[in-house]
Amino acid sequence: MSLVAPDGTGIDLPAVAPSPGGSGTQLRWSHRHLLDLDVVTWPEIELVMRTTDAMREVLARPIAKVPALRGTGVTILFYEASTRTRVSFEVAAKNLSADVVNIAAASSSVAKGESLVDTIRTVEALGADMIVMRHGTSGAPYLAAEHFGGSILNGGDGWHAHPSQALLDLYTIREHLPGGPDLHGRKVVILGDVLHSRVARSNVWSLTAAGADLWLCGPATLLRGFDRWAAAMGAAPGHGRFTVTADLDAALRDADVVMALRIQRERMSGGLLPSLREYAARFGLTLERLGAARPDVLIMHPGPMNEGVEIAPEVAIDPRSVITDQVTNGVAVRMALLYLLAGAAGHHRETSGG
Amino acid sequence: MTADEIRRATIRISHEIVEKQAGTAGLVLVGIQRRGVPLAHRIADAIAEHEGVRLPVGALDITFYRDDLSLIAQQPLVKGTDLPFDLNGATIVLVDDVLYTGRTIRAAMDALVDFGRPQAIRLAVLIDRGHRELPIRADHVGKNVPTSREEIVRVHLAEIDGEDGVDIERLVPSLAEPVAG
Repeated sequence: MSLVAPDGTGIDLPAVAPSPGGSGTQLRWSHRHLLDLDVVTWPEIELVMRTTDAMREVLARPIAKVPALRGTGVTILFYEASTRTRVSFEVAAKNLSADVVNIAAASSSVAKGESLVDTIRTVEALGADMIVMRHGTSGAPYLAAEHFGGSILNGGDGWHAHPSQALLDLYTIREHLPGGPDLHGRKVVILGDVLHSRVARSNVWSLTAAGADLWLCGPATLLRGFDRWAAAMGAAPGHGRFTVTADLDAALRDADVVMALRIQRERMSGGLLPSLREYAARFGLTLERLGAARPDVLIMHPGPMNEGVEIAPEVAIDPRSVITDQVTNGVAVRMALLYLLAGAAGHHRETSGG
Repeated sequence: MTADEIRRATIRISHEIVEKQAGTAGLVLVGIQRRGVPLAHRIADAIAEHEGVRLPVGALDITFYRDDLSLIAQQPLVKGTDLPFDLNGATIVLVDDVLYTGRTIRAAMDALVDFGRPQAIRLAVLIDRGHRELPIRADHVGKNVPTSREEIVRVHLAEIDGEDGVDIERLVPSLAEPVAG
């Protein structure tokens, strides 16, 4: 329970004071930016999930729009091609009545050589309170966050992180998992081009925090370095170990969830894969291979799909596939993130006297 | 206010609502999260008892419609809206525990009109503590309680807090107004 003083400063009652009728835990979001999920705790992830439930209800209304972010400027700054992430962030921000500005780097002053930091300063001077950013370079949003007075939401940076995708994956799993949303001990397999995948890296944080039995599987060349990370994860507080293997049969056996990753042809340099055809033959997700998984396995893909490469067309449209649910939930999860971050950003502006 | 007084006030309000409408036709009850929701159910129960008609009851979360979202440090927890009926043409009785500045009711009316065009919106509250900041008044009031702004009115309901009762507390100097207006 929290009280709000007339000057707007929140006062939190001591955590020992039980909130009447509530769970007793202090649910609060304290991050100004969302750069990756490594610093986000499990209770905070659960807060995102609960807020997403409320956003789903908003989306079901005849007028799917609420005034929560009225007057908040959200700039969507994408240095890489994207359809679903960019559009779902835009729809999410508009559903919350934010003022949305879209910048595609290819048609902006970036093409004239403007630096990232200059662009961020310019966007801030033009009234942005939040920036949703995608960049081909891992870590770029961290640099942007150092030079921006508002909030940065990472919409994907290089190979590094894609936190909103991982959260919508988690929400979709919890919604559809037969046997309930508790992931403890449930086997989740992420299959494919793990090496280049920011989706996989962010999912490692959220799925291990959820207690899942996480397996990363792919050709050995596309798993490099992950075994060292897996070994170190056992020591990370709030997280568990995960399994890294090139043995597809072992990974798929009795799996509750299988998420196929896109083979990122644009990031594939010499020697990693002999050919797409060989990848499809050895690691493509087919109905036959899925036979080893649980009969009610959830099939996922973050999109965009190379059908016939990492996933067979009939698998993508199988009744057990929740791929389109992932897209739908993307809007609700991103509404929740914009809403929660807007609160933390308002707090920041006040404490800095701005 | 004791549990008995809350019970009697709830029953009186239920009679007033039906009397004002000259029946129950077109009436729906909408409780404002959180303590307006159990109150709305209690009023529906009382009306069912003396009129033999069960009115539809909805729950309204006004969080996204607050006018102070940009002022407060932490986003308030969203508790969810559930309006399982068509609002168009209905006479809506909004139900809340405490009427104070009127800002919650302003937000609730904004939220309701996003769902449709009700015939009328009325307001029933258990406690009216004064200090309005907007031109809003209640149609049905359980009890008028004169307070100062330095006081907090705490409504306890069995469904949420385990017992019924209303307390007025003097604020500790470092604490100020509660979230619910």
